[in-house]
Amino acid sequence: MPAIVENYDVVVVGAGHAGCEAALASARLGMETIIFTVSVDSIALMPCNPNIGGSSKGHIVREIDALGGEMGKNIDKTFIQSKMLNKSKGPAVHSLRAQADKMAYTTEMRKVLENTDHLTIRQAEISDIITDEANHITGVKTVSGATYHCKAVIICSGTYLNARCLTGEMITYSGPNGLQAATHLTNSLVEHGVEMYRFKTGTPARIDKRSIDFSKMEEQFGDERVIPFSFTTDPEDVQIEQVSCWLTYTNPTTHEIIRANLHRSPMYSGVIEGTGPRYCPSIEDKVVKFAEKERHQIFIEPEGLHTNEMYVGGMSSSLPEDVQHAMYRTLPGLENAKIVRNAYAIEYDCINPNQLYASLEFKNIHGLFSAGQFNGSSGYEEAAGQGLVAGINAAMKIQGREPLVLDRSESYIGVLIDDLVTKETFEPYRMMTSRAEYRLLLRQDNADMRLTKKGYEIGLISQERYDWVCEKERLIEEEIVRCENVKIGASKEVQALLERYGSIPLNTASTIAELIRRPELDYEKLAPIDPERKPLAYDVIEQVNILIKYDGYIKRQIKQVEQFKRLEKKKLPQNFDYSEINGLRIEAVQKLNKYQPMNIGQASRISGVSPADTSVILVYLEQLKYSNPDLFYQLNGHLEEESDGK
Amino acid sequence: MKSDTIAAVATAMSPSGIGIIRLSGDESLEIIDKIYRSKMNKKKISECDSHTIHYGYIYDGEEMIDEVMVLLMKAPNTYTKEDTIEIDCHGGVFVMKRILETVIKYGARPAEPGEFTKRAFLNGRIDLTQAESVIDVINSKNSFALKSSLSQLKGSVLTDVKKIRGNILHEIAFIETALDDPEHISLDGYNENLLSVVNHERKEMKRLLDSSDNGRILKEGINTVILGKPNAGKSSLLNVLVGEERAIVTDIAGTTRDVLEEQINLHGISLNIMDTAGIRNTEDVVEKIGVTKAKEYANKADFIIYVIDSSTALDESDFEIMEILKDKKAVVLLNKSDLEVVTSKEEVEKHLDKTIIPISAKENTGITELEEKIKEMFFHGEVTFNDEVYITNIRQKNSLQDALDSLNLVVQSIEDDMPEDFYSIDLMSAYESLGKMIGESVEDDLVNEIFSKFCMGK
Repeated sequence: MPAIVENYDVVVVGAGHAGCEAALASARLGMETIIFTVSVDSIALMPCNPNIGGSSKGHIVREIDALGGEMGKNIDKTFIQSKMLNKSKGPAVHSLRAQADKMAYTTEMRKVLENTDHLTIRQAEISDIITDEANHITGVKTVSGATYHCKAVIICSGTYLNARCLTGEMITYSGPNGLQAATHLTNSLVEHGVEMYRFKTGTPARIDKRSIDFSKMEEQFGDERVIPFSFTTDPEDVQIEQVSCWLTYTNPTTHEIIRANLHRSPMYSGVIEGTGPRYCPSIEDKVVKFAEKERHQIFIEPEGLHTNEMYVGGMSSSLPEDVQHAMYRTLPGLENAKIVRNAYAIEYDCINPNQLYASLEFKNIHGLFSAGQFNGSSGYEEAAGQGLVAGINAAMKIQGREPLVLDRSESYIGVLIDDLVTKETFEPYRMMTSRAEYRLLLRQDNADMRLTKKGYEIGLISQERYDWVCEKERLIEEEIVRCENVKIGASKEVQALLERYGSIPLNTASTIAELIRRPELDYEKLAPIDPERKPLAYDVIEQVNILIKYDGYIKRQIKQVEQFKRLEKKKLPQNFDYSEINGLRIEAVQKLNKYQPMNIGQASRISGVSPADTSVILVYLEQLKYSNPDLFYQLNGHLEEESDGK
Repeated sequence: MKSDTIAAVATAMSPSGIGIIRLSGDESLEIIDKIYRSKMNKKKISECDSHTIHYGYIYDGEEMIDEVMVLLMKAPNTYTKEDTIEIDCHGGVFVMKRILETVIKYGARPAEPGEFTKRAFLNGRIDLTQAESVIDVINSKNSFALKSSLSQLKGSVLTDVKKIRGNILHEIAFIETALDDPEHISLDGYNENLLSVVNHERKEMKRLLDSSDNGRILKEGINTVILGKPNAGKSSLLNVLVGEERAIVTDIAGTTRDVLEEQINLHGISLNIMDTAGIRNTEDVVEKIGVTKAKEYANKADFIIYVIDSSTALDESDFEIMEILKDKKAVVLLNKSDLEVVTSKEEVEKHLDKTIIPISAKENTGITELEEKIKEMFFHGEVTFNDEVYITNIRQKNSLQDALDSLNLVVQSIEDDMPEDFYSIDLMSAYESLGKMIGESVEDDLVNEIFSKFCMGK
């Protein structure tokens, strides 16, 4: 039978948040790229919550932006409310969260994709990956029989693989929002030796705005002054009129209805096979697990400007339709609620991400990359971050360049990927600030300082943007030095200002920096008594203030990072048989053989590898210098001498 | 790249003529300058030439600890290729311990097992052929350290540390949940609550630290087991040695069912004495457990005291015990010398090549000879014990102190009105330090605690 045959550099499977970033990065790096989706109308679809960002996820969006990704720009164009979360807490946990106009978000992202050179959009379901004898990717096949030859494939299939949706006793074999599931690809992957998992997640009902009595709820406003996600967005452009969200609560009646019907929930009747996330529990989970709580907060959030649908945040469920109907109506303000779409749980195939390198390439299939929920993560932002890295690395591989591997000390994306590929995952992985051990350094405000240079080296950041970051760095440093050195005397004016802020008056002269470090003061408050100050941009001032104020803590973390980097620098051989190393415990050998860590740092994070095992590998590596110098220097260059000599 | 400074006792931790405490790392010179005083108190060791020896004193603040010789060896011509200091002091266990504690107080940290050798190797000092032995050292010492840190932690200490750790983790998880889900969980008014929890845990930790100075965190000393048939007089002997009625002494054979433990000090030598159920072929199940345990203890012991009832004849059980004793350091006591002798010294000598002392626990005769014999064996190095215990003990204490310091920082942060996310940084350090103490790592504890204890939104 005659069939279409075409050639590309990179094939991206799926056009969700991971797929879009992957395809854009690859095409922007000059790779002929084709992106497949089961429906072109569902590009960058947000099938669950209508927002981007939030605690730690906001950090990821900023990092994507600094590396040259699209998510931050797209939400800046389409948000309808924005808030900086945790503003009363330390700068490390400030996090942007914006409500999106869902329809606008997909439309704008689609526009970007459609207008990117080297990028082709194709509606089709991929059924097979094709490899040669050496397990190198050579192409993919669609269900209709067409073949697309390529050098790299990036799978971003989200929740579509063998998906089924459950609402009580009703099961539909479809992807999210009733979209067509992808039912062939899993088989092809299993045939290629890929280890699959089955996960589940869920979403709440959507309710018609006209049926809601908002007078019984608390109104939730956006911030007065909106801060954009993207470092390239002019802050003036995002000062729009915002819409509100609404807060209401469940009550004992709600909980009674849920308890009385638990046996009809597929979660509890045992119909659901997939593992669900603990951090995003369904309302039935919350009621069972936290039985002592009398009420749970529920946020009613708009899905967009041009729709009446409202998202019921905090009340995802897989209970049957009639129970949902009764349960939602027990909430104040929802007494007459009309459901537009039912809540449902969704099950889908994904992989054990331990099969991947930190570059997101499969260890056993060359040129096969993957990102997003397919890798066992959850969330739009986590997906986009991985998509960007996978897209970059597919291009790097084809161009014969070094892969982009972000480590735990430089980004949340690095933490995310390291956790996925190194730790054991038994549920969809969500980012949290507590997962980042160096979070004081990984702030959302300094994502550009951390990553723009990398984006520039890769080729996704313009010269102009790169130059600005270098200039910003210089200005910050200069101003910090000035603040550490300029002394302020105990003049009348100074004492008056200190008194105004409830700060102890000066006995002797003090540097500006010392004053900034006082909890009740900051850089900007000192302006009247610091006449030499040059006018500086807001983002420069912000950095100066944070770096001076939290200097002690930041220095401590930098010291920890130095320790961490030391082990991270020591590279290990790949496809290596660890049973060759005498003195490793059996459990460690098994784990190391399975994971094939890139470096000693990663090895030490694998559960089951003890500090003694790490020492043994360290000694082995040193031994390699003599027994197999070629391999040693190929792995570690001449770094060793520099880092270990005193 | 800077390396931290490690310290350890390089000689055996037993009474001997000389003890050596070794330091290696970038801060070695800085540390010795802080604690060394020459006779005229004018010399600074860091300013002296490399590979020289200096007479003087080690001080902890204003307290003089010992008269010493300090060997100065500057990098790179040292064993580890790092700045190295050796302090030669008097060989008492107490002195060595005090000096080690002092260098740690002034900035060093206790060396991990085999760490000097590991550094020497990694810095290119040792050649290839020695690599294998380095791995062996790391492995054997680590397995011992792990075993000792767990098995030697007295039950109550382990329980206490676990409890403190659990409470700290709970607070971190609460803070983190609130940070991850600020719209569902508020931290309003939380500071006071945290302050009271932290103050409570600080008190607990101070109590543990105080008790550690009395050696109550780890048992230090020669593990000594008293073996013998039921009613041979083991418990009476223990009572005489300890000086109080600790074991149950009756005429009914098989009264001591559990293994009793006592620590005694014989002329500066610590003995951990374990009295065991008498070994004999028994049908009594409860007693059988005791017998199995006794054999187990005997196999682990550094030193065995074998008590024979000289008023009865040797039998199968005695020969069984003698079998256990064969390759062990042991003395044989012929007890009940006040009664008519059935089993003589000569009779026992036929079967066993060990020192035999006739005693009467009841009349307190022969005990001095026993003490003299133990002392003699110890000072001749015949009986030793694993000195890692001392090191482990110092390491434990160090971890506990680190944890306490971290909690002090939390209090400081609360007083300074720092944002809540800063509290969790120091709480986490305290949690990790305590984890080191009981040999538990962090892994995914926090994430599990967050999910199991607090209801996240979404």
